[in-house]
Amino acid sequence: MDEGKKIRVLVAKPGLDGHDRGAKVVARALRDAGMEVIYTGLRQTPEQIVAAAIQEDVDVVAMSILSGAHNYLFPRVMQLLHERGVDDVLVVGGGIIPDEDIPGLKECGIAEVFTPGASTADTVKFIRENIKR
Amino acid sequence: MNQGDLKGEHGRWRSGPYAKVCARFPERKERFEGSSGIEVKPLYTPLDVEHIDYLNDLGFPGEYPYTRGVQPTMYRGRFWTMRQYAGFATAEESNRRYKYLLEQGQTGLSVAFDLPTQIGYDSDHELSAGEVGKVGVAIDSLADMETLFDGIPLDKVSTSMTINAPASMLLAMYIAVAEKQGVSADKLNGTIQNDILKEYAARGTYIFPPKPSMRLITNIFEYCSTAVPRWNTISISGYHIREAGATAVQEVAFTLADGIAYVKAAVDAGLDVDDFAPRLSFFFNAHNDLLEEVAKFRAARRLWARIMRDRFGARDPKSMQLRFHTQTAGCTLTAQQPDNNIVRVTLQALAAVLGGTQSLHTNSRDEALALPSQDSVRIALRTQQIIAYESGVADGVDPLAGSYYIEALTDQIERAAADYIRRIDEIGGAPAAIERGFIQAEIEESAYRYQMEIESGDRTIVGLNDFQIEEARPSGLLKVDPAVGDLQCRKLAELRAERDNAAVEASLAALGRAAEGSDNLMPYILDAVRAYATLGEMCGVLRGVFGEYKPTVAY
Amino acid sequence: MGWQEIVSRALVRDIRAVSRLISIVEDRRSGFEDAYAAIYPHTGKAHVIGITGPPGSGKSTLVDKIAAEYRRRGKTVGIVAVDPTSPFTGGALLGDRLRMQRHSLDDGVFIRSMGTRGHLGGVARATSGVVDVLDAAGYDYVLIETVGVGQSEVEVASLADTVALVQVPGLGDDIQVIKAGVMEIGDVFVVNKKDRPGVERVVAEIRMALDLAGNVSGRSRAYSGHHGPTGATTGTVDATEVAPWRPPILQTMAESGEGVAEVCDTCDAHMHRLSEDGALVERRFRRARSETMQIASDLIWRGLADDRRALDAAEELAWKVARREMDPYAAGWSLRELIVN
Repeated sequence: MDEGKKIRVLVAKPGLDGHDRGAKVVARALRDAGMEVIYTGLRQTPEQIVAAAIQEDVDVVAMSILSGAHNYLFPRVMQLLHERGVDDVLVVGGGIIPDEDIPGLKECGIAEVFTPGASTADTVKFIRENIKR
Repeated sequence: MNQGDLKGEHGRWRSGPYAKVCARFPERKERFEGSSGIEVKPLYTPLDVEHIDYLNDLGFPGEYPYTRGVQPTMYRGRFWTMRQYAGFATAEESNRRYKYLLEQGQTGLSVAFDLPTQIGYDSDHELSAGEVGKVGVAIDSLADMETLFDGIPLDKVSTSMTINAPASMLLAMYIAVAEKQGVSADKLNGTIQNDILKEYAARGTYIFPPKPSMRLITNIFEYCSTAVPRWNTISISGYHIREAGATAVQEVAFTLADGIAYVKAAVDAGLDVDDFAPRLSFFFNAHNDLLEEVAKFRAARRLWARIMRDRFGARDPKSMQLRFHTQTAGCTLTAQQPDNNIVRVTLQALAAVLGGTQSLHTNSRDEALALPSQDSVRIALRTQQIIAYESGVADGVDPLAGSYYIEALTDQIERAAADYIRRIDEIGGAPAAIERGFIQAEIEESAYRYQMEIESGDRTIVGLNDFQIEEARPSGLLKVDPAVGDLQCRKLAELRAERDNAAVEASLAALGRAAEGSDNLMPYILDAVRAYATLGEMCGVLRGVFGEYKPTVAY
Repeated sequence: MGWQEIVSRALVRDIRAVSRLISIVEDRRSGFEDAYAAIYPHTGKAHVIGITGPPGSGKSTLVDKIAAEYRRRGKTVGIVAVDPTSPFTGGALLGDRLRMQRHSLDDGVFIRSMGTRGHLGGVARATSGVVDVLDAAGYDYVLIETVGVGQSEVEVASLADTVALVQVPGLGDDIQVIKAGVMEIGDVFVVNKKDRPGVERVVAEIRMALDLAGNVSGRSRAYSGHHGPTGATTGTVDATEVAPWRPPILQTMAESGEGVAEVCDTCDAHMHRLSEDGALVERRFRRARSETMQIASDLIWRGLADDRRALDAAEELAWKVARREMDPYAAGWSLRELIVN
């Protein structure tokens, strides 16, 4: 009798990068697709992102980085989620991310990486089809 | 022919030949409009400019209201400054890139700093992990700055530094490097961005709350007006506002509203408007819509001149001149078919030149993919050189003036921007409008609309949502060696071991005390810089006194 | 994890279990009534504080600073931050957490964002249940931040022991709150951003409105018969006579934290007074009553929506009303007869 289940998404900007146009556009698109979007703002450490994801019991963590620090920050978030025993959260990333970095990010558990030009509709579709619970 | 005849003839044409063709072959869209929602009519005639008074509204180049440009000869005297923003990894590598660019004929330097530097953290701060040297060069202390400009005579180049919250520290380092080269501060040419309001509204690299931030900015105005008189003390930036999604009208409105706030803060601090206003400069974006962009630059110039003269009572013509740097729009570049970006950049650069820019950065084709490679940076610079030397558009001043369309559009953009500024005034000025989230919300609304237009296909982006091809994404893009962070941390440790730490402590303590009082902070910062205090240490002291800015609105 | 294990872990404040239990309650997932029954005996210990006020008054920043102050005093804090759900898409942007993120690494603070999911009144239908989970998990204080879109957000009064009403100078609609009747729910008035011009006027307006209302906490007057100016005795609890609580008006700068300690002191003093004069029991009785009635009404409504026969009858009655063969009250009574029997 699950009555009110809504997809909950944490949209986060890890690191020091202040370019949040993409994160905000995606947040809005997810809301318009009927999801509950928790936005944590800029300059979040991986520890803060993971703590927020747990307290908010989100289905999805969506992170965006344009500064090039993705190879450090994305794996760090995955590692912390793993350490806290969180394995049922879908994690996606976006930003200016070179193709050659994507396999490594997927290997550490990032389910999908959205690069410039990806449509928000694709992101919505991917989340709907891949949430783990 | 008089206007009455023209009106009649125009009506005849609209309802006759024009309507007939439209009925048989409908136009591509029901309504054509620019980025700001201003309708583009099928035809512009003298009727659209009949209210424009040439002497009052356009005037002559170098004369009020500067619609036609801030200098009498414009590019007939010399071209705009070709200034490519660059800087990455370490000071050594950036220094090599600068020397390469100067050899290639670039005429000014533009320094990009990494995010820890922009936010006032040393490279060994925990929040710096993964970010050191990524989007620009890492500068922790005067030692790095000495390396950055090694072998570059600072009295011969003009240097633009994209630095905001810690602008006073980086400017102090530049002055200190010049001292060591035997160049006195009054010989220095360049610009610091120093525009904190747009950081709160659009770019996100703020440190301190608005009040102490505005004090730091007015301290710089005051200090430079005598000590570094040729320095552009601020570059009031619409670039990032546009990148965050604003329309052309919003870019002009929010930038000039920020400018008004800075002028007001300095005047309130007791400065005479004509003592500092001549050193204010602006930084705009050049987007894809060629004619709208040209009109935008002209409208901004006219509106600022009127604001400075009428609102602030400026008397020095230089206080009324809106001088600006332009960068082509990074947000228009596609990761798909990246060579197409060369063409986009060409159109955007052309708009900047036709709009009368004082300096220009052209983006590299691969910026939607990674940091630009050396080849791409060269093509971007060559694009400017081709426009300058081959296209002929630089040979006459403000060549598009008098076009019915351009003049009508210039007028419409000016009026729409002035309306926005009135609304911002009603809220209490740009700082209050940012605190309320008004400006952010307007920008986000435009960004979302733009994205939805692309996704619905209403807006065509070649190669992205139409005219796609199967392509392999390019490889071999420039990457910053992750070891840069470690290297920079080692250099910091060495510095902390070698410098006179007692002197550092003393200078930092003096800075802290000054921050608690009301002295101009520049001399204290210079002392700390000369003692090799690090950027993180100086900002740390000020964080302790001023606190940190926390954004108050999410949407 | 089954719900039993989630409940037992949540009761010892295992963060993941608390979080999951909140989702079960919020989504009314299957088994939620059993889980709720299991935690309910452990509730009633937290001091529940509602923070409400118009948009732009700095509620989130104030909540952030109040939490920090209680943490400094060694207390634990649960926060429920409510934002509006779009009636068109069913989605929501929950942005209050943005201003509270510095607590995210502190296990003594638990922050949960909620969408209203169609509920009016400034909170979500499930907010009450979420408060109970945090209460049962042992948080000393539970702070509820209401939507803050400027509508009548009075429902928080039925959830909270103490309601702090936040005002701010210079919004240009200072009077509006008073007009809307929201004044009555305030136990503590906080005038935030006190460095802005016009602060004295806001304080004076609140004071005047309080004077008009008879010097006592609105809710004591409106509901608590013992202390009401009319002297009517409809109360259900005996209490010794103490001077009525007059809502204090405090001034703060939430951004810098100035005045926040006083807000905490005053909320504590209010709680103390409630316990002293018996009003706490009465407030909690009222909350229990409204919750029970609400659930009963939900169940009846849901029973109606699930009942084919009742739906068909409703359809038929509605046609009669539409054709003016019957008036809506008569139709309503007929439908009620059908359902009750």
